Amino acid sequence: MGLIKRRRWFQTISFVAINAYIPSWFKGEIYQGNFKGVCVPVLNCYSCPSALGACPIGSMQNFFASARFNISIAQYQVGLYVLGFLGAVGALVGRMPCGWLCPFGFMQELLYKIKTRKFRIPKFLTYGKYVFLVLFVVLLPLLVMDQFGFGHTWFCKWICPAGTLEAGVGLSAINAEIRSQLGLLFTWKMGILVLFLFWMVVSKRPFCRTVCPLGAIFALFNRVSLFRMVWYEDKCIKCNKCQKDCPVDIKAYEDPNSPECIRCLKCIDSCQFGALDYQFIKKKFPLIGRQDTLYLNSENR
Amino acid sequence: MKKRKLSVFLFVLFVAVMIAGLSLGEYARVLEQAITICLECIGIG
Repeated sequence: MGLIKRRRWFQTISFVAINAYIPSWFKGEIYQGNFKGVCVPVLNCYSCPSALGACPIGSMQNFFASARFNISIAQYQVGLYVLGFLGAVGALVGRMPCGWLCPFGFMQELLYKIKTRKFRIPKFLTYGKYVFLVLFVVLLPLLVMDQFGFGHTWFCKWICPAGTLEAGVGLSAINAEIRSQLGLLFTWKMGILVLFLFWMVVSKRPFCRTVCPLGAIFALFNRVSLFRMVWYEDKCIKCNKCQKDCPVDIKAYEDPNSPECIRCLKCIDSCQFGALDYQFIKKKFPLIGRQDTLYLNSENR
Repeated sequence: MKKRKLSVFLFVLFVAVMIAGLSLGEYARVLEQAITICLECIGIG
């Protein structure tokens, strides 16, 4: 499982590749090339000076915010490109981009390595991300309009700590004009960012599990994606080693294709008994004898 | 096997949705907004 051990490399390369336009940091502006219309399958603010791609959550909110006006002038741009992109990625691999590509998720895993007392996140809080998705990404941008018929990007504006860190802190550090305009809203967003930074030290990936609307979208596909986790009941002794090593604190044997699973595959590597595996496109039958039954058991979960 | 077919169906469906969006010129819309500094993301307004 060399590939699984190299996940940190994937996360580092992804972080650098998605934010590779370094000259912006010296010019005090953001990258404005033609490539920037390409959505990235992670939460990475497009107003980060060096961001090369578009944040799908920001793009989706912008489509919803202007949907009513666009339809009124017979322009039917309602975000099918972003929706289709996220759905296609989700149908293929579910939440895998969260575990392997997301820079904000990577940062959370690094902060959790700080040695201090740790706290579990109560399960009910993990439903929060669906509330943020429905309310802040879909309903409020669609329904709350200004006098010109435009909505706002509510999640970006009031919540997103990734935007605060990458765009707010990043741009205000290099652009004096932006720095001079910071006010109460920035203070509010900084408060949320600082709160999450502390939480990231004491709990496993708290933003991904409780707030991230992109994680919520991909989570809907975990049970139906082509990439699937497989659990072999007769090999599992329920020692909970998988949960101890899991970056989102789940017991893989209870629900191998849980919506919370970010498909980092660490549990496969940490299980000494070979009770967990994955399958993608082609079926994998690593056991002999009862393999079909075992496969179906895990398939039905 | 049913789930595998469903996965493939969903993948094809969403790729078609994405192509429909692209054909409506949505790439240019995303580009337009992504190359503009997002004041809301920064926390200005």
